[in-house]
Amino acid sequence: MMLLKAFILGGLICVIGQLLMDLTPFNITPAHILVGYVTTGAVLSGLGLYQPLVDWGGAGATVPLSGFGHSLAQGAIEGVKSKGLLGALGGGLQATSIGVAVAIVFGLFFATFARPKG
Amino acid sequence: MAQNKIGKQTLHFPSTPIITSWASVVGPMEGKGPLGEKYDLVLTDTLAGEKTWEKAEQKMMQFSIELALEKRNLLPKDLDFYLAGDLLNQITCANFTARFLNTPFLGLYGACSTFAEGLCMAGVLLEGGVAEKVGVSASSHHDTAEKQFRTPTELGDQRPMTAQWTVTGSASIIIEKTGTGIILTHATIGKIIDLGNSNAQDLGSAMAPAAFDTLKTHFEDLGRNENDYDLIVTGDLGLLGHGILKELLKEKGISPDRFNDCGIMVYSPEQDTHCGGSGCGCSGVVLTAHLIERLLSGYYHRILFIGTGALLSPLTSLQGETIPCIAHAVVLESRGE
Repeated sequence: MMLLKAFILGGLICVIGQLLMDLTPFNITPAHILVGYVTTGAVLSGLGLYQPLVDWGGAGATVPLSGFGHSLAQGAIEGVKSKGLLGALGGGLQATSIGVAVAIVFGLFFATFARPKG
Repeated sequence: MAQNKIGKQTLHFPSTPIITSWASVVGPMEGKGPLGEKYDLVLTDTLAGEKTWEKAEQKMMQFSIELALEKRNLLPKDLDFYLAGDLLNQITCANFTARFLNTPFLGLYGACSTFAEGLCMAGVLLEGGVAEKVGVSASSHHDTAEKQFRTPTELGDQRPMTAQWTVTGSASIIIEKTGTGIILTHATIGKIIDLGNSNAQDLGSAMAPAAFDTLKTHFEDLGRNENDYDLIVTGDLGLLGHGILKELLKEKGISPDRFNDCGIMVYSPEQDTHCGGSGCGCSGVVLTAHLIERLLSGYYHRILFIGTGALLSPLTSLQGETIPCIAHAVVLESRGE
């Protein structure tokens, strides 16, 4: 059941991005979607609106880019709680550090052992 | 009054420079296209045995000029000038190819109009009596062009439906004062036209007005019309740009029946390139592999070849600038009767 819910929520989040690119008269690029989704996720998370999505759809909400924004916002809130206001600056990075480091390590690994096909 | 200039922008070459030799080298995807069997060399992969796509593109350009020279039993030193260009920063492929040729070299940048620009300039050098043999090359490569103008293909960005697929290919020709082949009679040098399009993923729409402007001027300068040509072919407007050009033609009362576009001819619809091909290589390989053969066989007697270029830079794209476009036209005729 959780799998299905994750599929539906994750799929919906991605469909919105695709429709934004396809149906809007402006020139919206994947880069706009990337930045927009992370920011929107962080804002929704700060307002307490993103956690219910995670509770309902699990990875369907955490895997898309908006989930990264959610982690940043929650990390910042945690940082303030434990270290005071300055913690807001480091908390987001702390909460996402594993994901970021994994991306760098795997990126390096594949760049070393694989060749792009174009 | 300049002796060989007609009207506002058209040059006349009364000595009729002759395209005596030509060659095309393409990547595997172009090899599977409708003109696949006509290219001189089809690479088995886009790296051509090199470590990077940039090196592969340079190798393609070198192959194509060497093949063109070989077909005519010439050596690089026999050329009076070598004119070449491509799409990379500082026209890398052209400079590095010229490094091997040891010939007086002039680098050209006209984006995708480079091949037509090269033909115009070769015509001028021959007509001016300062050269007897001139080599012209142009190249493009899908993966290097995406990296240069948009995002590296490794990123896997989704391509919008307006996008065109940069042709992996290089074309070269040898133009001489005497010999047998196809003659170059006129050239119309284009002006920059910028109607405010800033989408780097939709260059066909941006370039169509430039092609139309050059075409209109060409007709006015020479007092000709579309019926004077067996084919009027644009470089790489693609499906969208070609459609816009047709609309512009209809508005002016010009019949679009004899018009075609190299970007449409180079791939088949099943290859799913969205709006067709683009790039310096696109018009170059279609001209050298297909159109020149048709002129030789007498299928066409006179064609108008209009190279179209979108003169954006990666920097101006990021800064939100609009895209200046250009089109150069050359008249090619079979010697015939």
